[in-house]
Amino acid sequence: MAIACFIVSHPPPPDRPMHAAARPAPRLPGDVFIWYVILLEGATFCVLFGAFAFTRVRHLELFNAAQQQLDLSAGAINTALLLTASWCVARAVLAVRGGTRGTALGWLAAGMAGGAGFVGLKLKEYGDKFDQGIGLGQDNLFFDFYFILTGFHLLHVLAGLLALGLVAVGLLRQRRDALNGHALETAAAFWHLVDLLWLVLFPLVYVMR
Amino acid sequence: MKPKLLDLIWLLLLAATAFTWWLGHTGALAVPRLSIVALVFGLAWLKGVGVILEFMELRHAPAAWRWALIGGLSFITLLIVLAYWLATP
Repeated sequence: MAIACFIVSHPPPPDRPMHAAARPAPRLPGDVFIWYVILLEGATFCVLFGAFAFTRVRHLELFNAAQQQLDLSAGAINTALLLTASWCVARAVLAVRGGTRGTALGWLAAGMAGGAGFVGLKLKEYGDKFDQGIGLGQDNLFFDFYFILTGFHLLHVLAGLLALGLVAVGLLRQRRDALNGHALETAAAFWHLVDLLWLVLFPLVYVMR
Repeated sequence: MKPKLLDLIWLLLLAATAFTWWLGHTGALAVPRLSIVALVFGLAWLKGVGVILEFMELRHAPAAWRWALIGGLSFITLLIVLAYWLATP
């Protein structure tokens, strides 16, 4: 009662707007478990990226020569595809929060198309390398790293696509007036990780000479 | 997160990617210089922070999660720049 009287008799001063007090509490999107997975996967890729960078120090000429054989434009297009796919999935999350299922599914489909484009281009790149006689375990450290790093990343892209597909099916089964975005937020967080990892991989493997 | 801000971030990320591609395409990276290495990986770091804060929505998450990811990204970026610095003649 005393507190209620205090609040009534002490309204917020005019220079302290109400919205300052109404600021939303910090919130982690999706399931907390996926964030532990993200930390673990991030740490694993950090080890791989570090191993690549420090192995390069000892095999500079080999790495620089082998890197010339990569298609820089394909790497850049794949970066743009993943960034666009991530943006589409982030827009899908907003659409679900806004209660518009059709729009959310449209963004999700566009995001998955971007991911599929990435997979297609990556497989074409692998095919070109195989045609040139370049593969894993051929006494070339650079290409061993290239196939391990990009192959491991590609597996994450495929896992992300599967998760987004399952979420899309789940959204279709939900009632239009009671959309739940928890599963979508969880899959989206993983999908953005896939994007984040590529943002380091692209300059490291494709760009810097 | 407002849709228009998300759209703007996406366009900035694409522009940064195009700039990185251009740097590689013009041969500007053929001469190993620490300033160029710092520019390319600094740009990658900025793009990563954009993804972490805006796409992953960690701007509004508990600070520990936000800093765990930004800290991890900063650590690996610095480690890579250090390795390139060691390899610079």
